[in-house]
Amino acid sequence: MSVSVQAEDFDLGVEVAAMTSGNPDIGAVVTFIGLVRDTTGGALLSMELEHYPGMTEQALSQIEQAATKRWSLNASRVIHRYGNLQTGAQIMMVATASAHRSDAFEAAEFLMDYLKTDAPFWKKEHFKEGGEWVASKAADDAAKDRWSS
Amino acid sequence: MQLDVLYFAWVRERIGLAKEQVTTDAQTVADLVKELSVREERYQAAFQDMTVVKVAIDQTMVSLDAPLKGAREVAFFPPMTGG
Repeated sequence: MSVSVQAEDFDLGVEVAAMTSGNPDIGAVVTFIGLVRDTTGGALLSMELEHYPGMTEQALSQIEQAATKRWSLNASRVIHRYGNLQTGAQIMMVATASAHRSDAFEAAEFLMDYLKTDAPFWKKEHFKEGGEWVASKAADDAAKDRWSS
Repeated sequence: MQLDVLYFAWVRERIGLAKEQVTTDAQTVADLVKELSVREERYQAAFQDMTVVKVAIDQTMVSLDAPLKGAREVAFFPPMTGG
């Protein structure tokens, strides 16, 4: 169980190998990667990720602990980048490992839903004409709320 | 009381600062917002619609009516958009 907030890129394969090596109880690994997406058809120059150092790590750890309490996980890993990222770049990853797939799938979705609304990150899209902060989506709140019903 | 006040994303841009020290007698977060808003126009620009501004005291999310007693750090920011 660990979280990292970093400027550097990451390698999903290396991260998963580190989670599973020496852990023969793991039968399932689910991973998710979020990428910088250009919604404008070519106008996006880059995406800036701002965060709240200190609170970010704390919030991610709390979300990970909540997932570990709720599902039977052998390991989990959350990495989220900050700084200025190019189109197509990896923004973040979540990986969950469990004996059977259902725990890993559900925990990965839970981690993503809570991360979206509770981890202090903000995205700004940069275009030739200037920058624009990405607005939060009501759908993200709804996705999180389904876990408390 | 002296507070470290932090601003992020467009709240930071509107106020023109990432961090400042504020001396205040405000009892709650809402009082602090009111106090800053009358101080200068840039605060008013950032805090005009508090339904789109979130608050954390000492890195824990709180509501607008949260008391400031014992607080060291208060942060204002828009809803999160990570992931």
